Amino acid sequence: MDSTILMFLVQDGVVNGAVYALLGVALVLVFTVTRVVFIPQGAFVAYGGLTMAALEAGRTPGTAWLLLVMGVVAAGMELLRRWGTSPPRVMARILAVDIGVPCGLLAVSLWLPGHGLGQWANILLTFALVIPIGPVLYRIAFQPLADASVLVLFIVAVGIDLTMTGLGLVFFGPEGYRTEVFSAVSFSVGPLNISAQSIWIVAMAAMLLGGLFVFFERTLLGKALRASAVNRRGARLVGIPTSLSGRTAFGLAAFIGCLSGLLIAPVTTIYFDTGFMVGLKGLIGAIIGGLISYPVTAVAALVVGLLEAFSSFEASAFKEVIIFTVIIPVLLWRSLTRPHIEDEE
Amino acid sequence: MSRNMAVMVTILAAATWGADAARAADIKIGYTLSITGPAASLGVPQKNTVGILPAEIGGHKVRYIVLDDGGDATRSVANARKLVTEEKVDVLIGSSITPPTMPLLDVAAETGTLLIANVPAQRTVSPVDDKRRWVFKVIQGEALLARAIADHMAKAGIKSVGFIGFNDAYGEGYYNEFKTLLPERGIAIAAKEGFARADTSVTGQVLKLLAAKPDAVLVVAAGTPAVLPAKTLKERGFDKTIYQTAGIATQDFIRVGGKDVEGTVFSAGPVLVAEQLPAHNASRAIGMDYIKRYEEAYKTPFAAFGAHVDDAVRFISRAVPPALKAGTPGTPAFRAALRDALETGGEVPLAHGVANITAKDHNGLDDRAAVMVRIENGAWKLVP
Repeated sequence: MDSTILMFLVQDGVVNGAVYALLGVALVLVFTVTRVVFIPQGAFVAYGGLTMAALEAGRTPGTAWLLLVMGVVAAGMELLRRWGTSPPRVMARILAVDIGVPCGLLAVSLWLPGHGLGQWANILLTFALVIPIGPVLYRIAFQPLADASVLVLFIVAVGIDLTMTGLGLVFFGPEGYRTEVFSAVSFSVGPLNISAQSIWIVAMAAMLLGGLFVFFERTLLGKALRASAVNRRGARLVGIPTSLSGRTAFGLAAFIGCLSGLLIAPVTTIYFDTGFMVGLKGLIGAIIGGLISYPVTAVAALVVGLLEAFSSFEASAFKEVIIFTVIIPVLLWRSLTRPHIEDEE
Repeated sequence: MSRNMAVMVTILAAATWGADAARAADIKIGYTLSITGPAASLGVPQKNTVGILPAEIGGHKVRYIVLDDGGDATRSVANARKLVTEEKVDVLIGSSITPPTMPLLDVAAETGTLLIANVPAQRTVSPVDDKRRWVFKVIQGEALLARAIADHMAKAGIKSVGFIGFNDAYGEGYYNEFKTLLPERGIAIAAKEGFARADTSVTGQVLKLLAAKPDAVLVVAAGTPAVLPAKTLKERGFDKTIYQTAGIATQDFIRVGGKDVEGTVFSAGPVLVAEQLPAHNASRAIGMDYIKRYEEAYKTPFAAFGAHVDDAVRFISRAVPPALKAGTPGTPAFRAALRDALETGGEVPLAHGVANITAKDHNGLDDRAAVMVRIENGAWKLVP
């Protein structure tokens, strides 16, 4: 292996690792706040990339309909819960937000094809369609189970992942899509050829990770999230609504997943089930970070990306084996050094 | 019991008996296809093809029953057993990929039901032993398609090839053929790399291939995932020929690949370029007819592997009239006669070549089932 190959591999590893880091951090975020191991994190990557691809192709993405259906279900559950206790004004607001907004978005996505407003309009609409799926998903599936054990939440998460992947097949079909690159420029650094897209990926990942840091350290909402992560009951006692924390965490996770999908869709082909594998590699990072530490997760995910690049060069047949084997010594070390704590709340 | 009720029961009994009798006379063909899951891009056009199959064979009504196995071997077996025991099908067809197909061999042998294997893998029908007596296949085996590629490489004067293929039955099946075919023609395999369908990057593998400085690269992958190695090779400045296999024969491959797959050379069944075949070619008219029916019904481009499903029924049709003399559909006598008739049917022209099945060879396709195709200006072009 000469230095040129080495540099190419490092570049490839860093770009992939940046995406894994984003997903890993989102997993840690969701887990600390809601105790859900968010397996469907990867599905948001696929939904983001494929929604964008559908908009580019001038079609109305299935996610627009999904959002409306989920909004109706969530509003129904909310109204049923509040029946006879909340004033009509509150009920009307629920209806407007949960059903009105998705209806508006659906109308825009039905209208948009044929009126192509360019890439940035498509990106904005993709965000608007995919991000709300996160919080609404939390309200439908996890909020009623907020006090269940981690195992129950995990199994629900697996079920949701299967459902989302299946719906992805219905919405987007079995074939893969690529989207337009943000910018086709590429730079030559010595023998290395760096595409603008890979710079986008790394830069966005770095910015987002930095942004999350500021969010948790400096903003009231971020601090509220941290409080509910540290102690749910304590947070509730001092007046932090934990369901709001849950919704925010899921919204952020959906945003990160959707953004990752938009970033990688121009450089690789996205399928309805692409997200699972990508999410799983983020999960390795998150597990190495103990599902609690953001910096360790980000660094570990970067290492997973690099390891993947090098093992695909050295022993491509065993690539996945090598990556997933990394987790075993980490788990051993963690369980030997940390006293086992029963998960009870 | 009142008289009215007695009458009603009689009518009901008569009605159900009548319906049963009518249904018993129908020929039943049961499918287990991978309509969801990782092989959905193969399974969906195949399922669509079932929708345009003839409603009658030899003057007999045919009922087609399609079940989904999601590419999973457990589900394909459950489907096959359901089709055989509950629906009493005469013919089983499936599945879309090799892993869920192999266990169907046991179901077919055990229950004495005809199985038309719907995958390229030659080990589904070879050797013809007690287990495979009931199994036929009218899809080109890897050897047939690999030989066409190897011959093309030899003619082009290629001396070394870099191989990158799926880490699964598809990639390994082809590799095992090329392992002997290429050295026989004086071509060395300079590097062998693997990748997975879900991979988002193959940079490492491609760098390894390029380090071996091959005259050409052979990509063995199915559907749009085969684009990724080609795109990465182009990004890294590889300008020699990229060979692919019949697995890429879908319009989606060209859509996703765009200009990066221009000039790709691969071997495929003749249906892919039916219109460009010489007029005397037996597959020309049949292939064009299939494409017309498919595209009229679904308004989407056909996929070559959908035509296998059409071929299977065309192939069975020839054996139905003699089998009907031996027994009514749904009976073991009918199935046994159908099986025997398939072995002695002689040459059957299909969209994918000409099958000549004998008691010793349950595949029976020859070189007429493979043509070389090049991608030019985003379209399939027959290489003479």
